[in-house]
Amino acid sequence: MSILVDKNTRLLVQGITGRTGTFHTVQAVEYGTTVVAGVTPGRGGEAVEGIPVFDKVAEAVAATSANASVVYVPPAFAADAVLEAAEAGLELVICITEGIPVLDMARVMKTLKSDYPGTRLVGPNCPGVITPGECKIGIMPGYIHSPGTIGVVSRSGTLTYEAVHQLSEAGLGQTTCLGIGGDPIIGTTFVDALKLFEEDDATRGVLMIGEIGGTAEEEAAEFIAANMSKPVASFIAGRGAPPGKRMGHAGAIISGGKGTAPEKVAALEAAGVQVALTPDRLGETMAGMLT
Amino acid sequence: MKIHEYQAKEVLAAAGVPVPPGEAVDTVDAAVAAAEALGGSLWVVKAQIHAGGRGKGGGVKLASSLEEVREYSDAILGMQLVTPQTGPEGREVKKILVAAACDIASEFYAGIVLDRQLGLPVLMVSAEGGMDIEEVAASTPEKIFKVSFDPGGGLPADEAREAAGKLGLEGGLVEEMAELLQKLARCYLDTDASLAEINPLVRTTDDSLLALDAKFSFDDNALFRHPELVEYRDPAEEDPLETRASKFGLSYIKLDGQIGCMVNGAGLAMATLDIIKHFGGEAANFLDVGGGATTEKVTEAFKIILEDSDVKAILVNIFGGIMKCDVIAEGIIEAAQTIELRVPVVVRLEGTNVERGRELLAGSGLDLISAPGLPEAVESVVAQAKGGAGS
Repeated sequence: MSILVDKNTRLLVQGITGRTGTFHTVQAVEYGTTVVAGVTPGRGGEAVEGIPVFDKVAEAVAATSANASVVYVPPAFAADAVLEAAEAGLELVICITEGIPVLDMARVMKTLKSDYPGTRLVGPNCPGVITPGECKIGIMPGYIHSPGTIGVVSRSGTLTYEAVHQLSEAGLGQTTCLGIGGDPIIGTTFVDALKLFEEDDATRGVLMIGEIGGTAEEEAAEFIAANMSKPVASFIAGRGAPPGKRMGHAGAIISGGKGTAPEKVAALEAAGVQVALTPDRLGETMAGMLT
Repeated sequence: MKIHEYQAKEVLAAAGVPVPPGEAVDTVDAAVAAAEALGGSLWVVKAQIHAGGRGKGGGVKLASSLEEVREYSDAILGMQLVTPQTGPEGREVKKILVAAACDIASEFYAGIVLDRQLGLPVLMVSAEGGMDIEEVAASTPEKIFKVSFDPGGGLPADEAREAAGKLGLEGGLVEEMAELLQKLARCYLDTDASLAEINPLVRTTDDSLLALDAKFSFDDNALFRHPELVEYRDPAEEDPLETRASKFGLSYIKLDGQIGCMVNGAGLAMATLDIIKHFGGEAANFLDVGGGATTEKVTEAFKIILEDSDVKAILVNIFGGIMKCDVIAEGIIEAAQTIELRVPVVVRLEGTNVERGRELLAGSGLDLISAPGLPEAVESVVAQAKGGAGS
């Protein structure tokens, strides 16, 4: 078992003809992901690595029964690409694109909530979602993952790879690893991901990697205290970050004294989460909670 | 991207929000000429820097004669203005705004930011104008009225009226304030602002509403569709190394320590600062070379890190994923050969082809310290930084 994606996922790639889109499509296919279609407006009728390209998402879905989409479209057009996928009825849209204007995402989320409640967006500005051994969607290196019982959810990219690497070294495989993205407005939150992992029979524990900025970790702590039966281990990046500076991610900023690492760590610890003090102890912290 | 007060007022004026007449100048003579042209008998001289709390540091003066305009302009221009937001070193004042002063009957606050939890912009108003809104929010949150609105539609008239009604205004001024708030909201959306703030927003004794001070910042990710706003960029207000880094697609932030850092990915870069601190060191910078650490980027990153004279040692922490460790090691070696590394460099590689990457570093003949794991690397670089360069 797993969450969101598995061997039945039929993937459509929006922006497949771009350099990034093509590169990661090849990687996904090599990993074993079933990629059924690509979409690039004006390039319908072509093929990329044998995968048919369509002008519109709706056409691609009708022709190939795709049930999930990944978006590699440039920032200026990414918001419309997400909405086009929702309009075509796709239940899962994973947006990798970094640098989308935040008000575009505010408009997208408002529209998804009111008009397309059946569509789940993951991202933007995220590495994607992988269910080891079954399906890889996004830009993460596939080989570091191994099938197992830990769910991983993170706002970061390379820090997630670091975590997964440590889990695999500790003999802990993963059910699904999910990057939710480093932007201020994202489609799937920690709470959404925790809910899915709690409901997934194969997941025994969850490793949650947060960072400074916003209140998503505090909301997760509230959810964990009230609803999680499974152990949750965590790490919060940015203890050493100065206030008022955006630390690489658009959403990683301490503003008005809010969104600091100590606040988040305190909230999580109060909810029974064990928080690793340093990023080299992610694997052992999770392992220590499973007995 | 932040802009100056006088620029924020231009943005507001263009959106139909009334602002006091004024002119931004960079010489004392121009300041006096501006005051003369404005007329009247009372002017305000305001330092233009990208930091709040200017009044407290002596950067805002009320002048009641042209002689005083000259005197205050002379004092403020070129001063190193220290405010609670500048840090102890302060910021040099290169421009001042000379504006007509007005008689204030009451002061309000109006600001718009993004509420991340709701995923919507939210308008905040308060009758506690002129105050630090964060202080008001912390001590008396009930004095702030908030309303979120649809980023696709703008602030509806009835909600604008409700917000205006919370400010204790009477008669036609309620409607006038509501219209002003709607214009502010429109302006926030149209410019892709991340902050649009008027503080204070005043009612004058002759019952007109004026934006006496204004603060705007814009979403960097949206600047591609606002070339007119990019013109407002003031390089003098930005760290030159941060500006240079961004041109190369590097995310660099100068910090106060001695250990230069080069990391791939923002989260791992933040975590690297954390573990350096944990082991008793202080990072000199945050630097994310991006997911794919190419030779060009690594070379430029080394150059930028080394321009900071505080740097006593460098830690390179790379998790090679799709971009394999051997490719990254080659990039590091090539970069290290083209520039003079004046301080010890500790390299921690992990991920795809890590063994091959470490072999390449070891066999390069370069004076790079290769560490087997993250804690070992950090311990080593902290010791190097404390021992002084070259030890």
